[in-house]
Amino acid sequence: MQLEELIVHALAGSAREVFSTMLGVELGSGESFVEGANPEANDGVVALVGVAGPWTGTGSLSCSPQLACRICARMLLTEADSINEEVLDAVAELTNMIIGGAKTELELALGPLGLSIPTVVYGRNFKTKSAIHGDWVVVRFNWEGESFEARLCLGRTEKAAYALPHGSASVSCAVDV
Amino acid sequence: MESNVLVVDDSAAIRKILQRVLRQTGMAIRTIHEAGDGQEALAVLKSQRVDLVLTDINMPKMDGLQLLAAIKAAPEWHALPVVMITTEGGEAKVSEAVRLGAVGYVRKPFTADQIKEKLAGILEPTLPLCN
Repeated sequence: MQLEELIVHALAGSAREVFSTMLGVELGSGESFVEGANPEANDGVVALVGVAGPWTGTGSLSCSPQLACRICARMLLTEADSINEEVLDAVAELTNMIIGGAKTELELALGPLGLSIPTVVYGRNFKTKSAIHGDWVVVRFNWEGESFEARLCLGRTEKAAYALPHGSASVSCAVDV
Repeated sequence: MESNVLVVDDSAAIRKILQRVLRQTGMAIRTIHEAGDGQEALAVLKSQRVDLVLTDINMPKMDGLQLLAAIKAAPEWHALPVVMITTEGGEAKVSEAVRLGAVGYVRKPFTADQIKEKLAGILEPTLPLCN
């Protein structure tokens, strides 16, 4: 399996599990694609979690303010009409769980990975960029008419001790994805 | 006897969810204390009677494994049960937590049933079981 496929499988599976368990929402399979290292500007909420180890990078979840409020309301069983600390914290924690779940699956192929504490950004017309020189693997889901995206950008650290198992990737897996 | 529980997580959202879930378990819980990191948790332990600690691992200032080690190193808290609740589901973290003396490990995302199952045998139920 190529690294991109591994990431899509891990991200999509983790997002579905987290939404089902924490929000009681059953997501579809999602639409996956690869986005360049300089994605378009964001409007809304983006939560970011750093990944470190033999492979380093960033995972994220991005959504509209309305969807962030809906996530918070479902997760905490509370009213959430506008972006506030509680909404941002809920989105950050949901992202932490999704990227954490993906990380646990990816560790089987990539070796032990660490996670940073999540950072969440809310605003208009801002860009996010990972220091990893690679593309983002994106899985876009739809929930009741609104879309949100889970992303992961990973690159192999120099002198990495772990490689993908034989047959699971081509030699080119050493380059950024 | 009713128990006091300390929930340690840097996410206020998770602390709120755990408050709700713990109240739903049917366990005899009197007070649920909260802390946002390991240092805050140690401050609570010094000032309150706590019968169970539920802690995240990945936290600022002092993480959950450091907190666990500090609890097990202190004679007055050595027997205090600690359950890890974390996104860090990798084998290395689980092994480290068990080695340090954690009595249980729950991976996020979690269900109320998973929490209840993990706490059975640690906390008493609200009502005595009937034969």
